[in-house]
Amino acid sequence: MLISMNWIGDFVDLSGLDLEALIRRFTLSTAEVEDIFHMGEDLKDVVAGKILSVEAHPDSKKLHLLKVDGGDRVYDVVCGAPNVREGLIVPFVKEGGRVAGMDIRCAKIAGYESHGMCCSEHELGISADHSGLMELPGDTPVGMDITELYAIRDIVFEVDNKSLTNRPDLWGHYGIAREFSALTGRGLKPLETVELSRFDSLPPIDIQILDKELCYRYTGLKVRNIQKKVSPVDMRIRLFYCGTRAINLLADLTNYLMLEMGQPMHAFDCAKVDCIEVKRFDAPFSFQTLDGTERRIDENTLMICSKGNPVAVAGIMGGLDSEIEDDTDSLLLESANFDAVSVRKSSTRLGLRTDASMRYEKTLDPEMTMPAIGRFLKLLLDIDPEAQVISRLTDVYERHYPEITLSFDKHYVDRYTGIDIENEQILQTLNSLGFCTRYEDGVFQVKVPSWRATKDVTIKADIIEEITRIYGYDNFRISTTHSALVPEKKSAGNKSDNFAKDILVQRYHLHEVNSYIWFDAKKCRELGMETEQNVRLLNAQTPDHEILRNNMGPTLLVFLNENKTFSPDFGIFEIARVAEGLKENGECNERKKLGIALYSRQKSEKELYFELLGMLKTLGRDIKRAGFTFANTAPLHSWQHPRNTASVTCGGKTLGWLCTVHPSVLGKLDKKAAVAVAQLDMDEFAAIPAADPVYREPSKFPGIDIDLSVVLPEGKKFADLEPAWTGMQQDLLAGVSLIDSFELAGARSVTLRFAFSSQEKTLSKDEVQPYVDKIVESWKSLGVILRG
Amino acid sequence: MNEKISSLRESFERELEAAKNSEAVEKLRVAYLGKKGSVTELLKGLKDVSGEQKKEMGQHINLLKKQVEEKIGAQIEKIKAAEEEALVASAEQYDVTLPVTEAEGSYHPITLVQRQLEEIFASMGFTIEDYSEIVDDYHCFEALNIPKHHPARDMQDTYYLENGQLLKTHTSAAQNAIMKKYGAPLRAIFPGRCFRNEATDACHENTFFQMEGIMIDKNISISNLIYFMKTMLSEVFERDINVRLRPGFFPFVEPGFELDISCLICGGEGCPSCKNSGWLELCPCGMIHPNVLTAGGIDPEEYTGFAFGLGLTRLVMMKYGVKDIRDLNSGNLKALSQFRHE
Repeated sequence: MLISMNWIGDFVDLSGLDLEALIRRFTLSTAEVEDIFHMGEDLKDVVAGKILSVEAHPDSKKLHLLKVDGGDRVYDVVCGAPNVREGLIVPFVKEGGRVAGMDIRCAKIAGYESHGMCCSEHELGISADHSGLMELPGDTPVGMDITELYAIRDIVFEVDNKSLTNRPDLWGHYGIAREFSALTGRGLKPLETVELSRFDSLPPIDIQILDKELCYRYTGLKVRNIQKKVSPVDMRIRLFYCGTRAINLLADLTNYLMLEMGQPMHAFDCAKVDCIEVKRFDAPFSFQTLDGTERRIDENTLMICSKGNPVAVAGIMGGLDSEIEDDTDSLLLESANFDAVSVRKSSTRLGLRTDASMRYEKTLDPEMTMPAIGRFLKLLLDIDPEAQVISRLTDVYERHYPEITLSFDKHYVDRYTGIDIENEQILQTLNSLGFCTRYEDGVFQVKVPSWRATKDVTIKADIIEEITRIYGYDNFRISTTHSALVPEKKSAGNKSDNFAKDILVQRYHLHEVNSYIWFDAKKCRELGMETEQNVRLLNAQTPDHEILRNNMGPTLLVFLNENKTFSPDFGIFEIARVAEGLKENGECNERKKLGIALYSRQKSEKELYFELLGMLKTLGRDIKRAGFTFANTAPLHSWQHPRNTASVTCGGKTLGWLCTVHPSVLGKLDKKAAVAVAQLDMDEFAAIPAADPVYREPSKFPGIDIDLSVVLPEGKKFADLEPAWTGMQQDLLAGVSLIDSFELAGARSVTLRFAFSSQEKTLSKDEVQPYVDKIVESWKSLGVILRG
Repeated sequence: MNEKISSLRESFERELEAAKNSEAVEKLRVAYLGKKGSVTELLKGLKDVSGEQKKEMGQHINLLKKQVEEKIGAQIEKIKAAEEEALVASAEQYDVTLPVTEAEGSYHPITLVQRQLEEIFASMGFTIEDYSEIVDDYHCFEALNIPKHHPARDMQDTYYLENGQLLKTHTSAAQNAIMKKYGAPLRAIFPGRCFRNEATDACHENTFFQMEGIMIDKNISISNLIYFMKTMLSEVFERDINVRLRPGFFPFVEPGFELDISCLICGGEGCPSCKNSGWLELCPCGMIHPNVLTAGGIDPEEYTGFAFGLGLTRLVMMKYGVKDIRDLNSGNLKALSQFRHE
């Protein structure tokens, strides 16, 4: 929103103050100022000039040769404007002057010297009109500086609209002026209005609020015999500086009022609209708004009607048919208050956001409708004294906001601020912002003004903001907290995640990625993976992104596919969320998963698979000192390899899976590469208690290693060998390790090393032989025999 | 016998002179001092000598033996030194400027910055809490004093799910649960992924990271908040940071603030990156709204607290000069593999 400091000056005397510093202060105390513009700053030697004579240029149809009285002397001027005529008084830049960023010097134009320039409003920077010269009134003193004639010099600043969302009172200059008044301690002048009770004897307007839910208040007045059509220059300049285009007097006045008080107004042509009903319709219909667009109005949209016919979309825009036109001389003035949410939703549905709807959305003060009409009438009568009020002020006030009075004590303020703001200052600040205050027996009683009471200030903490922002946060003495020394509250947080990331990055050289919580159905399809059914988003940007992922695999496989040129051998991982369907209570079963995917054109699939298995084992051992077990399992997803998918469990709990990829997917991803994928549930993983290491004193006596080579017949797994030694005395069999393993004519040869040692003595071969025999016996019963 | 000794000494001196490498010296040692060596033979011959002579001869021969031993020893040392020197001289000098390719993994830059921040907060006694991404209306809005019809709840900003839940639009969605879990006094941070339903471009992402923090205790004040933010941000940016507060409206804080920091580029003098203002808008913060404390089971008449939200994603972009926010969720390793060091 654009704010004119000249306009502010109507309500609070800021003379002698550094306005720019004040505007910066506004940023710190009220709302963010995005930009400051110095209007009319570069105008120099622009005066009211009188065209004494007009002569056609001999060689040009457009150009004229003028003699212009600049007050000090007569200037020869070449001018191309269409509306030049003798006797006209226009803004005139003398040679040596400046306008619109140009220095005006003596120049030869089409063979004739020109010693100055006559200007349009556009060139003066006070409107967009460049159709011809600005025509000044015939009684304008010739030679007078234009900036003394009109308020062209101004400082205009732009406030970020977003920072005003919670301040309905700041959507007009008067509200902003109140802030400046509080910031400077200079008084706020009352708005000059017309006392409306004097029209009480006139007939009322027929106003009926049929929808008492959505229309809080509707105030109207009828005026006729309006003869003036064009707004005064200074009014048009303010409108233009604040981003509005001047149209005609009545339209300009409603806009001016809105910019001044923040109250949107609508002027109906009295000839077309002379009574009002406010209601919603039962069925949708089509309606043409005054911007000429045909719009579909549904049964939720509040409408202003006259004799059953819709004439305006309440709080948003009037209809084309009832619009005031240039020949309108009588009007029905609307000053109303509508439900903020309804206006916002209607405006969103219609795709039509207007200056009025933007303000209504903020929850305007309904108390404002009446003074706004008084103010409108005052401005109108000042401009056009012949205008005649033909109705009494008619006011239907259906819904009131409750009055709010808050009480608190000095201790409350001190506790919140942490500093000592004096009582006197608290009272002064609140009074200057329009709060009614009383201080008795150590208690502040504060009545919230109506313009702050619609939603903005409701509790005493809101008062703290008023006191402190005017006090100035820069003026705060800052201090540390004084909190008791207590241990930090324990949380699992993301400790396991961080540990896992370190192992995967530093030890296995994987790359961490971030992705999205939904499947990318299109990219999955390209890899031959059908997206599985899962919880859907109601409003995804594209249908391809509407299904939440239920596992990390597809996301990571897509990333592998997109990084094939990165390196012939790499791995990626992410710790992120998936939704494993719904829980019994209907909520998503959200789980935190670690997904790992490896890609290699150098290693075999088998090598890669075991590399991945090794990583998972390491995570379990290093983070939790827990042993993971793996077992082949049926694939959970169609893209997993039917034979090489394995479950990962720990202490009976399933933590996840690892797998290679189905040939149909691998074929699309990369025929020549090996790929392996794994997923671990990090919520389950974090819940595994981390066992302390079991310390075994190193033996002082040399141990004895026994290597045994066996042939595993087909169908037998390594895991089948283990029971043979699992029950064995811990302090004698110190460890078992795999020394060698290779394929041998359809079977597998495995060499194991059994390390025996004792705390008491050096073991002899004879002493360990019974154990070895027991192992071999046990294997024999499985059909596993020693090799060689 | 004496002559034999002298001639032996002479021949030894001569031969030693000629022995230029360790093998030759070793040969010489065997020839003189070995089991059948000349000096050994001499000593053996002593048994045929008798009386006074035997003693004298013995002394002479032993002297010779000692001299031979010493000279051989010295010669070996000398040759060894020469050989080592030759070995050093002929050794290849490795080119340490050769590029070495070593397998290296990488952390996502969000992880790097998140850890840096977590470390700072942990050092100030903050609990680090992890919170879900799929939440309900109550936690994301209602418990945060965001009224039913607040624009933030509109479809165009929030991803709603068909089961009535939604993807959290801000980390504040964790506030209520954390207050209920721990009660007051409390200091906690909760980093997390957030979602906003908007079209993506270089500056906008629908999936991004925030880190939020709260501190609740008796008598926590605005003065404390400013002090804390200044201290914390000075740690984050590893230099003395000036902060300033402006009023800002967020339903879950009262008063609410926008916090600016002195521009990191110009230090507050004014430059193009701070639009000549000397300040950069960094993060929202404020005193926790009494309704939010109440919803979290904490009595606002007894406790006050402050909350702040840091844009983790934005901090990453500032720190590493990432121009296009979409790079972060792209999975593109040409971009992401650069973040190697902690």
